[in-house]
Amino acid sequence: MAKSHELQRRDFVKSVVAVIGTIIGGFITLPAIGYLISPALKGSTAEAWIPLGPLENYPVDTPTLFNFTRTKINGWEKTVNSYGVYVVNQGNGQAKVYNNMCTHLSCRVTWQPDNQIYFCPCHDGQFDPDGEVVGGPPPRPLNVYETKVEEGVLSIHFVEG
Amino acid sequence: MEKLYTWLDERLGLQTIYDTVLDRKVPKVNWFYTLGSASLFLFVMQAVTGIFLTVYYVPSPDHAYDSIQYIMNGVAFGWLIRGIHHWGATLMVIVVFFHMLRTFFFASYKYPRELTWLTGVGLLLCTLGMGFTGYLLPWNQRAYWATTVGTEIPGTAPFIGPFITSILRGGTDLSGVTLARFFSVHIWWLPAAIVLLIGVHMYLIIRLGISSVPKPED
Repeated sequence: MAKSHELQRRDFVKSVVAVIGTIIGGFITLPAIGYLISPALKGSTAEAWIPLGPLENYPVDTPTLFNFTRTKINGWEKTVNSYGVYVVNQGNGQAKVYNNMCTHLSCRVTWQPDNQIYFCPCHDGQFDPDGEVVGGPPPRPLNVYETKVEEGVLSIHFVEG
Repeated sequence: MEKLYTWLDERLGLQTIYDTVLDRKVPKVNWFYTLGSASLFLFVMQAVTGIFLTVYYVPSPDHAYDSIQYIMNGVAFGWLIRGIHHWGATLMVIVVFFHMLRTFFFASYKYPRELTWLTGVGLLLCTLGMGFTGYLLPWNQRAYWATTVGTEIPGTAPFIGPFITSILRGGTDLSGVTLARFFSVHIWWLPAAIVLLIGVHMYLIIRLGISSVPKPED
């Protein structure tokens, strides 16, 4: 009987234990791994269309500041970030919207109507009404948002980072 | 595989460990004698799930509650890990207590096993301590008031009572200091004590063997 090619009882028990053990092990291990890596699996791209109100409320060809806040949730922590954008109503039913963050070191620029420039107080960065650099250290023009106007309401496409 | 095992066994004495720990002779006993193994298993389970919980839990009044909400709703299988830890805690107190009752009713605490009994008493008290300190950690209303009452009880002792209460709380009131010290006791002091006591407990069990079921003529 010992030399028989049939499956021995001992070997059968061994393989059944191995199979069941693997299944049970999987049921324990997989949730454990999922638990540890789950925060990494959540996409961090926060994007949204943010309505800035009716376009007709913005004066034509005059940069107008609009402020808003976005709440970011990381685990149990909530962070509220504030943002500012300059809206320029182009009068043709379209608008250009600039981020008021200087492209040099992220200070906030202000529109100076007398000089017709966006001025950054930190290092004298200057941008013309189209957002192009006209003076100071900024390496590139002001960031522009993608816009859309639906039923007269202006929205910008906000992408985090 | 066979060669590797022989190589390791020659140096580590694996077969000897196996024979003394797992293959030792035991008298014919009943299922009540498995409660000790069940307690050990539950302790290991609580230790593992507890270690997993510390990955996200924050022992501060500002974040304790929110971090547990995050474990329950934000983390994959967080509900499972915390659920096992929560119910395992209750089960462990019950199992350890029944293990004590079994030892008592079967007279296993007698000569030569007095020290096994005494370390077991230590383990029972540590288990209750784990339950007491762990109860505060969710930092919800129930946890807060249960600990308020629980720390007030030793305060009724004459003379030194209020002093004991303020030692437990780390001040006159229940605060973030209480939460921090309960957390510390829950994850370091008591587990260290339990591991030490389990070591002695197990050594004695292996050295002395387990008692047999008492017979009428005993």
